[in-house]
Amino acid sequence: MDNIRRDFVVGEEVVHALRGVSFTINEGEFVTIMGTSGSGKSTLLNILGCLDTPTSGEYKLDGTPVRTMSKPQRAILRNRKIGFVFQNYNLLAKTTAVENVELPLMYNGSVSARERRERAVTALQRVGLGDRLNHKSNQMSGGQMQRVAIARALVNDPAVILADEATGNLDTRTSFEILVLFQELHAEGRTIIFVTHNPEIAEYSTRTINLRDGKVRDDVVNHKILNAAEKLATLPVNDD
Amino acid sequence: MNGTNLFKIALKAINNNKMRSFLTMLGIIIGVASVITMLAIGQGSKQSIKKNISEMGSNMIMINPGADRGPGGARQSADEMQTLTLKDYQDIVDQAKYLSAVSPNVSSGGQLIFGNNNYQSSVTGVSEGYLTIRQLTVESGTMFTEADIKSAAKVCVLGKTIVDNLFPSGADPIGQVIRFNAIPMKVVGVLKSKGYNSMGMDQDDIVLAPYSTVMKRVLAQNYLQGIYASALTEEMTDIAIKDVTNILRTNHKLKEGEEDNFSIRSQEEISSMMTSTMDMLTILLACIAGISLIVGGIGIMNIMYVSVTERTKEIGLRMSVGARGIDILSQFLIEAILISVTGGVIGVLIGIGLSMLMKTVLHWPVSIQAWTVLLSFLVCTITGVFFGWYPAKKAANLDPIEAIRYE
Repeated sequence: MDNIRRDFVVGEEVVHALRGVSFTINEGEFVTIMGTSGSGKSTLLNILGCLDTPTSGEYKLDGTPVRTMSKPQRAILRNRKIGFVFQNYNLLAKTTAVENVELPLMYNGSVSARERRERAVTALQRVGLGDRLNHKSNQMSGGQMQRVAIARALVNDPAVILADEATGNLDTRTSFEILVLFQELHAEGRTIIFVTHNPEIAEYSTRTINLRDGKVRDDVVNHKILNAAEKLATLPVNDD
Repeated sequence: MNGTNLFKIALKAINNNKMRSFLTMLGIIIGVASVITMLAIGQGSKQSIKKNISEMGSNMIMINPGADRGPGGARQSADEMQTLTLKDYQDIVDQAKYLSAVSPNVSSGGQLIFGNNNYQSSVTGVSEGYLTIRQLTVESGTMFTEADIKSAAKVCVLGKTIVDNLFPSGADPIGQVIRFNAIPMKVVGVLKSKGYNSMGMDQDDIVLAPYSTVMKRVLAQNYLQGIYASALTEEMTDIAIKDVTNILRTNHKLKEGEEDNFSIRSQEEISSMMTSTMDMLTILLACIAGISLIVGGIGIMNIMYVSVTERTKEIGLRMSVGARGIDILSQFLIEAILISVTGGVIGVLIGIGLSMLMKTVLHWPVSIQAWTVLLSFLVCTITGVFFGWYPAKKAANLDPIEAIRYE
């Protein structure tokens, strides 16, 4: 990612959301992107997720330049290379866990119905929901729904998992459960970018990028990574 | 992205909103059912009219004196009304090749009296061929004979209505002498009842007598009011008309370029006139039903449109996991088409059921034709595409970033 700028035209004013952001995230990193609201966090996430294109600068995902891609091309890129985890889960209503996880593969014509089902089940087992395959999204707790969302992000075996405030809607204990899951995925060699305004989470990642006013304020490698599983053990067990 | 997956996604979306999908369908169901029922009624009436007309004799050719001036051309002088003579009749009988029966037609209105019963009607002077032409049969007694015609015998054959009015007690009219105005006539036969025709005319209100009798004894005239004939087959009607025209032109010594002083009409012409009226009625009915189909289509558009707004977040999610605009467009279009086609199928079934019900309960003449089913089916598919397109396009053009954050 090199010298990314993104301008928005609001009425007659031009808003500079990103004023030249450059960094490289290597494979296997667990990066936290932090910043207060208005710092350009969301815009950066959109660009990283190929939902938006920068006004100028170059962004390469897995070696592929994204800026000049058309909308359908970016859609396919998202489908194959990116896994999204959202703050409010964004599961399909009245739909079972397996069907939710299958969703990205539904838009990939080269995956057969059988393979799709198998991969979805494997992904759900990976996040510890092997026994809740056919639960509908409205029959699950927040933590379970977020696990389904993570399974959905995993199912296409993406180059990078983008999490947008993935623990923002969860209580402390459940947050740490999810964080444990992310650390495990990281340990398996996956690349994770976690966007948050919660400084606590940064302590569990390998690197933190701080944004302020559309620029990188600092970019620090975390040498003292905390173990989320250990922290989880110290937390009181939920009553339910 | 393959079609099967899109189809599955669309089906799932419909299934998740059963009630809404059904209500949307309802518009199409009512539209299609009414189109089919209306057309079935229209087609049924048309066929029943056709049948009635052919019962009157579909091969019938009517030759009338005076040129055919068409509607509004009332220029006929008394002289012109006397152009058909017995000689014309005889020549047609002798020379015409494509006719199975010929009969002169002279009629006179008046009062029929028997005992202290009387009835206002008319006596029609004809030959025996008239029975063939009008497809009448003698139920009891006999038809008058060639000898009766030669001798201008005072005999007659009565229709059912006349019998009922003159012999209310149920006495056998055969052999009785009735009076037409002042002329006594012996009843030799009674015709089998034909009931009312499609135009509401009582086909049994009829008294047949030898044409010679009517001409000489009743009207005292030597010209005919018309000649009825019957072509060998319906297809031969046109050629038979040409043939008869030639015979009559020769007889009347008409020069080349001179206008016919008689006119020939076939039952077929009248029948086509009637059916074209029926066609107009059918089109009218279909238009009314078609409007309800359009309303149904707008219903689809409305629901799909609301559905796009309501499902903005879902669309955003689908896009973020890699659905392209075209995938979203296809999904919504498939949903619209599925709804309208399913509604169409149900509508067709209900339409057919309703038509059958009318046939059995109300005894209406209905006729369901393959093309009406096909047409309404086609129309509702097109409706689905047409009215589904705009909302689908709107969904496809959503910005995924805004869509996914939409609350």
